[in-house]
Formats: sequence, structure tokens, C-alpha cells
Amino acid sequence: MTAIDATAGSRDPAAWIHERAVTPGRRFTNGLANAWMVGSVLVALVPLVVIIVYVLSKGAGVISWSFLTKNLPIVTQFEGGGIAPAIVGTLVITATAALMAIPLGLLAAVYLNEYGRRGRVPSVVRFMSDVMTGVPSIVMGLFIATIWVSSGMHFGYSGLAGSLALACLMLPIVIRSCEEMLRLVPDDLRQASDALGARRWRTVTKVVLPAALPGIVSGAMLAIARAAGETAPLLFTIGVTKTINSNPLHGTNTTLSQEIWFNAQTPFSAAHDRAWGCALTLIAIVFVCTVVARIVSNRFATRA
Amino acid sequence: MTALAPAPDADLGADLGANRNAGDVWVDRLFRAITLVAGLLVLAILALIAYTAITKAWPAFRHQGPSFVFSRTWDPNVNHFGALDFIYGTMLTAAIAVGIAVPLSLGIALFITELAPTRVRSGVTYVIDLLAAIPSVVYGFWALAILTSPAANVYQHIADTLGRLPLLSSFFGGPVVGASFMTAGLILAVMIVPIITSLSREVLLTVSQDDKNAALAMGATRWETLRVAVFPRVRSGLIGAVMLGLGRAMGETIAVALVIGSSHQITSHVFRSGDTMASVIAHNFPEAVDLPKAALIGLGVVLFVITIIVNVIARAIANRSSVLRGSAR
Repeated sequence: MTAIDATAGSRDPAAWIHERAVTPGRRFTNGLANAWMVGSVLVALVPLVVIIVYVLSKGAGVISWSFLTKNLPIVTQFEGGGIAPAIVGTLVITATAALMAIPLGLLAAVYLNEYGRRGRVPSVVRFMSDVMTGVPSIVMGLFIATIWVSSGMHFGYSGLAGSLALACLMLPIVIRSCEEMLRLVPDDLRQASDALGARRWRTVTKVVLPAALPGIVSGAMLAIARAAGETAPLLFTIGVTKTINSNPLHGTNTTLSQEIWFNAQTPFSAAHDRAWGCALTLIAIVFVCTVVARIVSNRFATRA
Repeated sequence: MTALAPAPDADLGADLGANRNAGDVWVDRLFRAITLVAGLLVLAILALIAYTAITKAWPAFRHQGPSFVFSRTWDPNVNHFGALDFIYGTMLTAAIAVGIAVPLSLGIALFITELAPTRVRSGVTYVIDLLAAIPSVVYGFWALAILTSPAANVYQHIADTLGRLPLLSSFFGGPVVGASFMTAGLILAVMIVPIITSLSREVLLTVSQDDKNAALAMGATRWETLRVAVFPRVRSGLIGAVMLGLGRAMGETIAVALVIGSSHQITSHVFRSGDTMASVIAHNFPEAVDLPKAALIGLGVVLFVITIIVNVIARAIANRSSVLRGSAR
């Protein structure tokens, strides 16, 4: 290295070689490629910034204490009322879905990574769970609507029906992220536990899961964030309500996403204002989940 | 390492090894069985979706026959259900979305893996992931309330200029509307950029630095390095990533339903309004009964089958390059 430096004088050798070898045409093509890469990032930033600015500026004017705590107005056309039922519904329905999808997804991931790393059944499960992430959310809604709400078991609209649809959507995402986190746990830990004479289930519950916990929590928060913003699985499953219903098992319900959907389709400015308020509240909930996931996973990364 | 390692946790060791007896064997088998059931649940749910959807849609399929997917008339009042317009709408919007999103996503992924300094890298990744965090309905509402009217003006300009040219006029000619295939495709493009980007990024990270260094040492510029050392290695992985994005674009419902304008037509003109399978279901299912309801479930079946096929092919391609078992959020 020093020898080259000596021959090239004070100049950086890489730059020197570069200057001598690269014709203007090649340099231009390379510059064009660099511009494409940087430009892509900038172009992708535009919708993100514009949407967030619009939601903040339009939503902030609407949100007040009474907007957040009052029941929905009977007629969407006029100002007044609040969105409390939608906030409660979003939280309750998403939490119920998470209670179903996260434990099941974690168990499935334990099966895939701890009991069945190889073999036919695990690889089929793994493949189909990947495929299941691609099933459109509206199909999940149709599925629960036909099997649970109307024809199948006739349970009718309820928060639980919406939660079931969301849980179907979350399950493959949770499996995927949990399996990824379990795979990050070094095999040394498992072998050490085996050497102490532990059965596999003890190794999993006492050694592997505690080690992977921050990653699992972070993945779960991202799945929750995704589910909280979903609309399509809820349209045919939870019905509508104007008052707070905190019981997911009984009665119709509503969510922020569904209120945006309803209000957006009306031509009334009061309804649009309400939708902006809902959008800001929803984005705040989703971003809090995302940021929590980020913080947890960062802590995991620095510790590992 | 060994000298400085903390003393093993005596309690944990005792706890772990304590119950190596017959009872513990059964607990282990039970635990294994429970996790297996949880794993098989995925297969059960997929099978159940297919079974219920097909049985509930059967009356419409039997009533309509193969013309369900080949006829262009969808009129619940006379019980005629031909979904071709909606299938076309789904394909066209997804194609527009992929056409716009792929160059963007690939550029961003290359920026992250090849160009960006380490400190910028994670920031850009995080910001692109934020695009995925914005709910679909918010995209749709924003596009409907804010984007459609300025978009219509831009479309009008494009139609006035390109519409005069012979070939392009059949794609970009007037009359134009704001809520159109193009607007839906644009919003879909924004929504699938994060997925294609994160998958492409993982594929690109699998190319060994040695290969790139070899090309650089031969005097290649960064772009030439990408062409000779990177792209040939990642082709199948990138195709898999793009197809997963395509699958997502075809299944996306709410944002499209808000901005596509809901009209039945098959046209190559991208500035006209149309409808997709998903948006028709979203708009009409709550009020539908009997045969029209079965027909809408039938649309769901068609959509399910198409997206499953796209996803299976994408996963098969991606698994063959064996790197894409990564984030598919």
C-alpha cells in the first residue's frame, strides 16, 4: 500500500487508477446508474412525506378531546360527535386477534425450527405459510364471513369475527418472523442445554424462547401494526355501530379503518374531516407499534 | 472467552436436568404434538378457505358455467355474472403498479446495498418500511380526496400530447378521469415498493463481496460491476421478488376500491375508470344475498386461485435461489 502511495505521489491511488482507466462514456453510464439509485430513494420519499404532511395538517385540526371521546354521530353528513367507538373497536379487535395469532404462530415456529428443521411435513408447512402471506386480505374477510358470520355457523357480526379474519392474516407473518428469530439463537445454547440433560421442551421454554424473546416481541408488534390498519377483513365481519362496544364476543363493532372507508365515500366535508381525524389517530397507533418494535429489536441487536 | 465466561447458572442447570424421567418424556411428546398442530393449522386454514369458498360459490358457478370468467356482463338484476371486466381490471392495475414499482424498488435496493454509506443504509431501510406501515385505507382516502383532481389535470395534459400519436393514443388518449386505472396503479405501486425493495435487498446481499471486488479490480465501474458480477447471480431471486409484489398488488382491495371509479369496461386506455375483483367484492358484498352473493364469493375464489398461483410460482422460483425465505410482510 505504501509503495503505491509513493509512486502516485500524494494522490489517492484508487482515484488515480479510476481517472486513467475510465472513459467519459463509461463514467457517464455509471453516473446515470448512480442517479437512478439516488433518484429512486427520493421518489419513494415523496408519497411518504406528502401523505404524512396531509394527514397531520388535516387531522390535527379535527382532533380534540371530545372528538376522541364521544360516540359516532348518527348522521355522518353533519359535524359533531366523536370516534371513540372506532378507537375502542380498533384496540379491542386487534388485541383479540393478536391473542389468537401470536401464541399459535409462535408454537408453529417452534415446531418448524426446533422439532422439524428437515423433513417433508415441515417444509410443506413452511412453504404453505409463505404462500398464505400472499392470500388477499379481502379473501380472509370473505372466508370468515361465510363460515362464521352468515351461512356457516350463524354467529352474526361481532368483534370476534373480525379478530378471526385478522388472526388468519397475522398467523403466517408471525410464524415467519418468529422462526427467523428462533433461528438466530445459536445452536451452542441448545447443545449446552441438551448436555445438562434437558428434554427438548425444557430447552425450548427455558433457553431458546428467553433468548429470542426481544426479537419475537418486535415481530409481534409489527404484525399488530399491520393488522390494526387493515380494513378489508373487517368490512363483512364486524358490522357497524355508533356506540362504544368493548365486548368483542357480542354485538356489532367498528374500527378506525372502517370509519375512514365509510366517511371517505360520502361527498360531505364534515365526513371527510372525520376521516382525516380517524386517519391521524390510526397512523399514530400504527406508528407507535412500529416504533416500539424498532426499539425492542435495536436493544436486541446491541445485546446480541 | 472461556476464562471470562460467567459461572453457569447452577439453578438453571439443576432445573433443566432435574426431570429426566418417564413423565418428562410424555411432556415432551405432548409439547411436540401441540407445536405440530399449530403448524398444521396453516394447512387446515388454507384448505378450509378453499373448501368453504368453493362450496358457497358453487351455485353461481353452476348457474353461469365457464362464462363466469369469459363473459363481460355482470348484472345481478338478471342473474348474469361474467367477471371478465374485473379480472381485466385486476390485471391492468397490477401491471401498472409493477411497471412503476420495479425500477424504483430495484434502484432503492441497489442504493441500500451498493451505494449508501453504512450510516445512511439503515435509515433508508427504515423509511421505506414506513411506507408499508401506512394503512391501505389511508392511501386510498388520501388519493381520493387529494390526488384525483390534480391527477386528472396531469392526465389531460398527457392525453393532449401523447394522444395525438398513433400508437400511444390507444393507451393514453382522452377522455380522462381522476379516479382511473392509472391512479389505482400509482397507489398500488407506492404500496408494493416496500415489499419488492426488502426482498430484492435480501437477494442482493447474497452476492459475495469477493465477486464484486474481482470486477472492481479489473477496472469495472460500479455499474459494470453490477452488470457482470451481481445481476447474473440474482436474476431468479429478483423475479421471485417482483412476482410477490405482483401478487400483493392483485389482492390489494381498499385503496383500489376508493380510487378506481367503479365502472365496467375493458379498455386499453389507462386514464378511464374501471373495477377490480377485490373492489367489486368490497363495494357489493355487504348488501348481496343469494345468487349475487354466491357470485361475489365466486369472484373471491377466482382472486384466491390467481394469487395462490402467482405466490406458489414466486416462492418456488425464490426458494430455488434459496435466499428469499426473508421478510414477506
